[in-house]
Amino acid sequence: MADTDHDRPLLSVRGLRLGVRAHASGEPPRDVEIVHGVSFDLRKGRVLGLIGESGAGKSTIGLAALAHARGAMRITGGEVLLDGENILALDNAGKRGIRGARVCYVAQSAAAAFNPAFRLGDQVIEATLRHGLATRAEARVRAVGLFRMLGLPAPETFGRRFPHEVSGGQLQRAMTAMALCPRPELIVFDEPTTALDVTTQIGVLAAIKSAIARTGTAAIYISHDLAVVAQIADDIMVLRNGETVEYGPARQIVERPVAAYTRDLVRQHEIRHDEVPDQSGRFFEMTGIFASYGSVPVLSDVSLHLSKGQTLAVVGESGSGKSTLARVATGLLPPRQGTVRLDGADLPPRLNGRSKAHLRRIQMIYQIPDTAMNPRQTVEDIIGRPLTFYHGLRGAQKRARVADLLEQIDLGPAFLDRYPAELSGGQKQRVAIARALAAEPDLLICDEPTSALDPLVAAGILRLFLRLQQERQLSYMFITHDLAIVQAIADSVAVMHRGRLVRFGPRSSALRPPFDAYTDTLLASVPQMRVGWLDAAIARQAAGVASPD
Amino acid sequence: MPARIIGRLLLSFVLLWASSVLIFGGIEVLPGDFATTYLGQSATPQAIANIRLELGLDRPVVTRYLGWLAGIAQGDFGRSWASGQPIAEQLGHRLGNSLLLAAAAAVIAVPLAVGLGIVAVIFRDRLIDRLINILSLAAVSLPEFFIAYLLILVLVVQHPVAAFPATIYGGMSLFEKLHTIALPVATLVLVCIAHMMRMTRAALLNVLSTPYMETATLKGLSRLRAIFVHATPNALAPIINVVALNLAYLVVGVVVVEVVFVYPGMGQYMVDAVTVRDLPVVQACGLVFAAIYIALNMIADVLSILVNPRLRHPR
Repeated sequence: MADTDHDRPLLSVRGLRLGVRAHASGEPPRDVEIVHGVSFDLRKGRVLGLIGESGAGKSTIGLAALAHARGAMRITGGEVLLDGENILALDNAGKRGIRGARVCYVAQSAAAAFNPAFRLGDQVIEATLRHGLATRAEARVRAVGLFRMLGLPAPETFGRRFPHEVSGGQLQRAMTAMALCPRPELIVFDEPTTALDVTTQIGVLAAIKSAIARTGTAAIYISHDLAVVAQIADDIMVLRNGETVEYGPARQIVERPVAAYTRDLVRQHEIRHDEVPDQSGRFFEMTGIFASYGSVPVLSDVSLHLSKGQTLAVVGESGSGKSTLARVATGLLPPRQGTVRLDGADLPPRLNGRSKAHLRRIQMIYQIPDTAMNPRQTVEDIIGRPLTFYHGLRGAQKRARVADLLEQIDLGPAFLDRYPAELSGGQKQRVAIARALAAEPDLLICDEPTSALDPLVAAGILRLFLRLQQERQLSYMFITHDLAIVQAIADSVAVMHRGRLVRFGPRSSALRPPFDAYTDTLLASVPQMRVGWLDAAIARQAAGVASPD
Repeated sequence: MPARIIGRLLLSFVLLWASSVLIFGGIEVLPGDFATTYLGQSATPQAIANIRLELGLDRPVVTRYLGWLAGIAQGDFGRSWASGQPIAEQLGHRLGNSLLLAAAAAVIAVPLAVGLGIVAVIFRDRLIDRLINILSLAAVSLPEFFIAYLLILVLVVQHPVAAFPATIYGGMSLFEKLHTIALPVATLVLVCIAHMMRMTRAALLNVLSTPYMETATLKGLSRLRAIFVHATPNALAPIINVVALNLAYLVVGVVVVEVVFVYPGMGQYMVDAVTVRDLPVVQACGLVFAAIYIALNMIADVLSILVNPRLRHPR
């Protein structure tokens, strides 16, 4: 490690504490601590990965490197030494002098973090100009160079575009260019690829990684995905509930984790479901489906089928038509052409043409359980509604059945009188599953049910899906963009791309070469839990496979 | 975007036509009759019939509506039943007065309200913010006639510095006019400032909580630059709309203030016409009010389209 010219680290965080001022009624305000004394060192040109689930304090710690605390949060203790100087002790002008000049920030959602009213180029060079680090002409040249380095299209004119005129992946690259433009000593990347499709993510990751290497800036890279962090970071700090769980070199954290929590994080990719061969015929079947929103065609000629008690994973990036397929299956969007069959009988294409029995047999589980539940109903009301609607249960009978369902989803009757706001994300999704089960369906359509959850919580939900399937012979149509989930639960796989089915079949053959070009790109883009995967993937792409994004 | 603006313009004309139908139809179904009121004690059936014939009221409704509309299209609003004079002349004079009053109030109120809104945001939750909020709320909570009489009491009766009544004449110079209308202008400013100020404040605070404002902070920009350069352009649309609503109120909603200050504006003109059932004048005033209201809202919509980069630069 001959990467330092002197011994002092660039950034040294010592015993950092942050809290939120809570105002309970009738009590004096008190600080609730969120981050409990975190310490780390970061040397010039090195990358530290911060990893943990939501609420672990990752972003909070990252922002502290800019002496910034979000909303009601405040820094209550510790030191943040930038080149030996405690930036927390600076006055406002001093802090402004550091932000956007010596330390820069890349936000999770670049789409929200760019001002919609200004051209990208002006925003990219603004901090550089304001801090007097270059003239306007110099900054423009710098920006164009950065656009080129980050692989943005037409770098000379890219800056003339407005944020809404470019794609999410391009915005994230532009945000990286904005952070690099003042030539800072440190950049904080706060989940820069989390909001992107997996095929887009790999390109942005590669761009960020090479930009860090070429400019020699130090970086803090925040993510909830250990497989992603392992590609970029030299060191990794695992955080949980505002405390350090484990801190060390990346390779050691991924390959020889010590803490039990880290071992769980590494292992969450290791749920395995042995594919069951197709046996009971075509229980659910969609044939020759064409669908459109108004005059915009969304699906063309999609045909697939699913056996009883099996799982069909529908994968593809956003905009590929996955969710539209689910809407056609449920009858929410009648197809323009094609048929949907369940258990040997044609289903009426329109929702209001379907009988109560039809409706009961197909149930939906959504990505965001918060918006799928009435916040003013208790768990008993939420799960009890389909019991009354489909099965006519009322009163004590209904309550007993709801309690029974809660047992099956590992929550128990203590949750009967809770409101959704009193549940965690994973608990809410379990309640949504119980509500679907209450109808006693044959087919569950699950639209990204785990993508809004933390990895370990998501793993728990996947295990629940597998267990319920075994107990009840449920069929799942499981929409996901995450191929790790496909490996974990699917019997058959349908790959969607731009409204077409590019691949369909049993998992073992669908995910085995030879691939079509798109499936190949998709599979190659999924981050793997090993150091050096990204470099290998980039090399592979450079060797001739078409670049995504 | 041009298509969107043209569509908005066409919609305005449709709205204006619809309001002409409503105004004409509404007055048609009103109980009471000009002839009966005009003649008073001497209203014999024969006299009433004569007057109706004279005013053309014996013709079918549709014919009269179309005739009315055709006249207006050529700038002819018909003749007043009460005075027999052409309405357009009197109307133009009164409208000029109303617009003068509204313009004087708007020139003070709009910059003041938007400025105070921005100041309130800069000093959010501090004393200045609270003071601005309380004072503007107090002003909007008091009825306009109460504010008017209060101002008269203090600035005319107790400390005679302002003019009363605020009646202006053709021969006055602009400066004399402005001095004469100082009190009604002050009343209107106090009445409409709170609404615009609070909307400016709310729209800006809404923008301040967005991620791109955090980006501005993390670039090391000063709070003032962040608010003026980064927040204001994104808060313009709601501010433009509430300003347009208040401008419309200043032109068409100031009857009470005009009456209190004896100001010869549109509002008083219409009220006088209503009391003597001079229906052509009422119709003409109604249509002018509708046109001003629709025009201001249309301008606000077009401006909102123009300040939105998504609509200015579609993908």
